Amino acid sequence: MSEYILEMNHIAKIYGNGVVANSDVSFNLKKGEIHALVGENGAGKSTLMKILFGMEQPSRGEIFLRGEKTVFSGSKEAIAKGIGMVHQHFMLVESFTVAQNIVLGMEPKKGLFIDQKEAVRFTRELGERFNLPVDPEETTKNLPVGLKQKVEILKALARGAEILILDEPTAVLTPQEIDQLFEELRQLKAQGHTIVFISHKIPEIKQICDRITVMRSGRTIETYQCEAVTEQQISNAIMGCELNTAIERGNKKYGEANIQVRDLSYTDKSGVQALKGISFDIREGMVFGIAGVQGNGQVELVDILTRRKAVQSGEARFYGQDISAADQKSIRELSFGYVPEDRLEQGVAASVPISENMISNDLENNDFQKHGMLDFQKIDAFVKENIESYEIRCAGGSQPVGMLSGGNMQKVVVARECGHNPGILIAEQPTRGVDVGAAHIIHKKIVQLCRDGASVLLVSADLAEILKLSDVLAVMYEGEIVAFFESTEGLNEEKLGLFMLGIERHGPEQIRKAVNGHE
Amino acid sequence: MNREKTFNILCTAVAMLAAILVAFLIIILVSDKPVESILIFLMQPFSSGRYVGNIVETAIPLIFSGLSMAILFQAGLFNLGGEGVFFMAGIVGSIAAIWLKLPIFIFPLVCLAVGAGTGILVMLVPGALRAKFNANEMVTSLMMNNICYGVGCYILNNMMRDTAVSSLVSYKYRSAALLPTIVSGTRVHVGILIALLCAAMVYVFLYKTKWGLQVRATGANAKFAKYSGMNVMKVILLVHVIAGAVAGCGGIVECLGLHKRFEWTALPGYGFDGAMIAMLANNNPLGVIGAAAFVAYLRVGADLVSRFADVPTEMVSILQTLIILLISAEKFLHKYKQRWMEKDIQIKEVQHEGLH
Repeated sequence: MSEYILEMNHIAKIYGNGVVANSDVSFNLKKGEIHALVGENGAGKSTLMKILFGMEQPSRGEIFLRGEKTVFSGSKEAIAKGIGMVHQHFMLVESFTVAQNIVLGMEPKKGLFIDQKEAVRFTRELGERFNLPVDPEETTKNLPVGLKQKVEILKALARGAEILILDEPTAVLTPQEIDQLFEELRQLKAQGHTIVFISHKIPEIKQICDRITVMRSGRTIETYQCEAVTEQQISNAIMGCELNTAIERGNKKYGEANIQVRDLSYTDKSGVQALKGISFDIREGMVFGIAGVQGNGQVELVDILTRRKAVQSGEARFYGQDISAADQKSIRELSFGYVPEDRLEQGVAASVPISENMISNDLENNDFQKHGMLDFQKIDAFVKENIESYEIRCAGGSQPVGMLSGGNMQKVVVARECGHNPGILIAEQPTRGVDVGAAHIIHKKIVQLCRDGASVLLVSADLAEILKLSDVLAVMYEGEIVAFFESTEGLNEEKLGLFMLGIERHGPEQIRKAVNGHE
Repeated sequence: MNREKTFNILCTAVAMLAAILVAFLIIILVSDKPVESILIFLMQPFSSGRYVGNIVETAIPLIFSGLSMAILFQAGLFNLGGEGVFFMAGIVGSIAAIWLKLPIFIFPLVCLAVGAGTGILVMLVPGALRAKFNANEMVTSLMMNNICYGVGCYILNNMMRDTAVSSLVSYKYRSAALLPTIVSGTRVHVGILIALLCAAMVYVFLYKTKWGLQVRATGANAKFAKYSGMNVMKVILLVHVIAGAVAGCGGIVECLGLHKRFEWTALPGYGFDGAMIAMLANNNPLGVIGAAAFVAYLRVGADLVSRFADVPTEMVSILQTLIILLISAEKFLHKYKQRWMEKDIQIKEVQHEGLH
């Protein structure tokens, strides 16, 4: 028997649409280690994990599990053999209780009925055994993100998982929650579990992982002992070259306030007050960052500003114009760009070609019209230019956008929204799940827009991003701005975390400074 | 052309072939002289100009209804109201063709406009309900079919019925209103040119104009369309207007091209044929022409085999259902698609490595 609990040798995976996701991947796991898997978007990490979890069949290559050659025909089989996966987007039934979610598909029976008491007891015991306490009777949708993740992990453990795959587990967590997750992972490791940790955040990987495997364009590049490499070395291996991700911001002079928000409040259908009197200004040439744990009113704020939710009380003005009567169409006429949080939901039409996705917000533009028809010569030139300047990896403008990797799809969205140099840009998690290279390109574009005099609202859960791009920074907690920083100098993620969790807050005078910024 | 597109075409071809093979099977089961019957089914439609003419004339209404459906499907709307539109446009257009008095060239054009207008009005009912109240257009359009049929029959019985004739038909159309035949010795009429023109126009609309882009974007992801600043409500209405006009045209063209009076006493079934043809054509307006021709060919073949051999026409409806089944069950070839793609890439890889 080899020293490895799992070996995947020379795996290749070619999808039906001709995309080669893995061309030659060898990956192995030692029992009881935390093993990081890193690489750009589209490098083939997700595909490899889908193969390991039985969701996809490899086109070539072999898998040995505990020394035995194994073929998974589906995830059911992978689960039976002790592999568990925690997806980036949680797979929980929100209206069920924690216990119901945990026993889903393996419910304890009492005659014909589900034994709810037994389910609760089982869940409680499971939580105690792994030292991951949860309240089995709480409804899942009431849980904060960190706890939902815990439920997901427990769900995998309940099914006897020995190898746990965590897909970007820290993307949605606060620094404090991340610390707790790492503590839990160390405990699981001590109990002999093996963990695959997929992440884009190299410092975290250095902190928790034993070994690290780097993937690039469908191949495994190298596996390192984590303590033997520096962050810069890992980053270089991911990119295949040295990348300077520092952003030059230039000196700052702010102009008029293109975005003005006063006393904005919003109460949702279930009576929860999601926004409580928010006020701020975003002036020309300013990136206004909003940090906060998800679900503290950021979504509602963006929904109101992008005209998908009504202005219930208070006021919002773009270029001095009240927008409460505007809709999604008329706001587009105001030199306005919006990079939405979920690209597949709103950001693109997946089955439509890249070129048409890139001009969808600009159909009234006479540049693209000739004799009442679309002028494809001009459109193609515009699209080609964007594909080059954003380094979008694709087969050409006529390829359906859904065939691109997440990062490249996001570049299409950003290219479109910034294409006509808007005076207002609302960017919501602009680089979520996007690799370092693509994120850098997107960051550069945002900063450049700002330098050209745009007002940018940046809402992001990625604190490093917020700190890097923002000129001024507000923290939202329970529908309020609880902190306002006139500059990001001297700020760090830990300090922000305290405000994000509501432990500290600024006085009203400081927060009032969000209105009209500062000179 | 990329390999995926080629595969989709191949997929459709295999589905068509499978349908024909099943037809053989049915013929073998029911016929005493199977080989002869199969030959009639396959070859006879091409044996004379008249039969080829039959294929063309059968294809005309199929093109119209296929186009109408393709537009709706592109916008992601599953509206089966083509059925009622055909019938109603036939009725109202016929009224114009019976009672108006216009010079030769203009008369059929006016009748066509009347048919198209009727089609628009009928289609706008499910369209408006969908756009304003988000009512499911499939349910409302099926209900509209029944209403159209009822109203149409009432008008036919009480206003248009020619009592001099024993069967339920309308008065004769004025001869100036009729669509002239363009190929002598067949019944192929000007309608085919109108149909082809329509297909070209719908193609240009869908793929070359900003409205077409909006229609396709709405069909692919309505939230995206809205987010991009498109007026989705307007798009839905526009799609219904165009689909209604095309289907309405089809209804009256069929009446004025093939008949001397209004002769339908039941819903003609073109609405559902349209759904099948649009699917077969992958909602491409130019593909609709080929798909309609193929279905027409099968129909004529089946018709001939029932006339000259001992196979019933019911076989055709089984055939058509099978085509829909095989095409909507698109996944049935995906296992091979995967292998085929892999092969292509492996060849490329080998070539690539060979270069080094």
